Amino acid sequence: MTNLNLSDEWNGILLKLKKWARINSPWAIHYNSGSCNGCDIEILATLTPRYDAERLGVKLQGSPRHADVLICTGPVTLQSRDRLRRIYEQMPDPKFVVAVGSCAISGGVFQGCYNVVGHIDEVIPVDAYVPGCPPRPEAIIDGLVKLLTALKQGDPPPTERPTELELENYDAATI
Amino acid sequence: MTAVISPKKEKFIIPIGPQHPALKEPGHFEFAVDGEIVTEATVRLGYVHRGIEKGAEARNWTQNLYLVERICGICSHIHALTYALGVEVLAEVEVPPRAQAIRVLVAELERIHSHLLWFGVAAHEAGFDTLFMYSWRDRETIMDILEALTGNRVNYSANVLGGVKFDISDEQRKVILDGLDFLEKRTHHYLDVATSDGMFLQRTRGIGITRLQDAQRLGIVGPTARASGVMRDVRVDAPYAAYDMFPINIVVETAGDLEARFVVRLKELFESFRLVREILDNLPPGDLQAKRFPRRIKPGEVISRVEAPRGEVFYYIRSNGSDMPERVKVRTPTLCNMASVLSLAVGHHLADMPMLLVGIDPCFSCNDRGVSICSSQGEHGRWTWERLRQFGIDYYANKV
Repeated sequence: MTNLNLSDEWNGILLKLKKWARINSPWAIHYNSGSCNGCDIEILATLTPRYDAERLGVKLQGSPRHADVLICTGPVTLQSRDRLRRIYEQMPDPKFVVAVGSCAISGGVFQGCYNVVGHIDEVIPVDAYVPGCPPRPEAIIDGLVKLLTALKQGDPPPTERPTELELENYDAATI
Repeated sequence: MTAVISPKKEKFIIPIGPQHPALKEPGHFEFAVDGEIVTEATVRLGYVHRGIEKGAEARNWTQNLYLVERICGICSHIHALTYALGVEVLAEVEVPPRAQAIRVLVAELERIHSHLLWFGVAAHEAGFDTLFMYSWRDRETIMDILEALTGNRVNYSANVLGGVKFDISDEQRKVILDGLDFLEKRTHHYLDVATSDGMFLQRTRGIGITRLQDAQRLGIVGPTARASGVMRDVRVDAPYAAYDMFPINIVVETAGDLEARFVVRLKELFESFRLVREILDNLPPGDLQAKRFPRRIKPGEVISRVEAPRGEVFYYIRSNGSDMPERVKVRTPTLCNMASVLSLAVGHHLADMPMLLVGIDPCFSCNDRGVSICSSQGEHGRWTWERLRQFGIDYYANKV
């Protein structure tokens, strides 16, 4: 939208509109990259009537191309690493990642197992962390709300995007 | 694992997964279709393979209790229970009867939570989201009970080697009984819906029929097998923990279709309600833990079998006299049942695939575990930790 040659005033209005829409309807996609299912059933429980994340506009989406927020769990197994990367790359900008559970943050109990990378921010940049084994649904909602509040107050939380060199290495290693 | 009926030169293959709206967990399926009918089905597993069995060899006996609990977040108590029962036999430690009864109590509560969870997910796959929301709302009752007992909603850590961690107070007893009364009422309603709702029955009745001989040939376990008339339940065949004090009745259906699997699982809920009430009324007195548990366990090997919500869980544990196990082998029910999905898929509509898959109550995180390496140089020795780790890293780095 920025290359429509609009005046600064209109650009500002459009930006505000985009921000408003983004904060009120974050569509989420969920990917299990090697988790034990504990976090995944708690994420599902977050969407069901007791906790009902949909009242905040959060909706679980099937396709990464429709999603704004990637909720991922698990210590990232070597086999699902490429998939996680691909799902992240398929999501349109701006995109945010919420890492749910101890394994996603530090590898948790699987630290040192031979088939795991260890934590999610070694593979994709993460914007919010929700600790717990597994975190309660309230904690997951809290993580999402913190992310949305940060968006509302200004710029998205600072994240370390991969450098060009890292991306090249990634391509050389996988393709 | 592949099944074929009409080998043609040209095939139209529909890939599903590992990330797909119909799958809550990663697994990759390829269905070759002729129009709407599936002619060939292949599965690729292993997306959740973390290397737990090898990891268990580098942790001590107590640490492993918490590692195996995280093989599966849905039946976490069952894994810890199977492991603890095996290790206690190896260490020749007698577990007090009260601890065994509480273990069975938590196992049955977990079965209730798991079956309600499955019921919701199955309804969701059938396109009946209202039922999914209802059953998950009711499932929160059992989550509250488990939290009141153990302090956590999932991964309860109820077991220690030689006993359990907590006792049951009178208030907790009342919370459990109130919760069960509510759930029993709801389960009657669900059984009614699953056997009489016309729309729902169109997705389940007569779909995916597994006959008795097929179930036996494919080695299906758990409620999936009992829906085909297989009289097999470890709780009855080889009672463990306190199941000899509190026997259960096997629930068996003979139709073998998806409806029968719904009925078996829902009727098992009533059996669990009854058992939990019975245990609460007749809880044996005594200690919660064995007096002493050795840090090192003398050499030996043991097999431990337990009936998980999805079927039989099997552990083989070997000790070499140190404070760590030499080998822990786990066999989980989903892998046993996966072959039945592939053989059933052929000849069914593509739209039935999610229902057929969910019919076995799949749990991929239990599933993705077997690792068998046949080296091209013809060496079949034991692999060291470093070598296995390096193999994994190199394999995925060089993959084309």
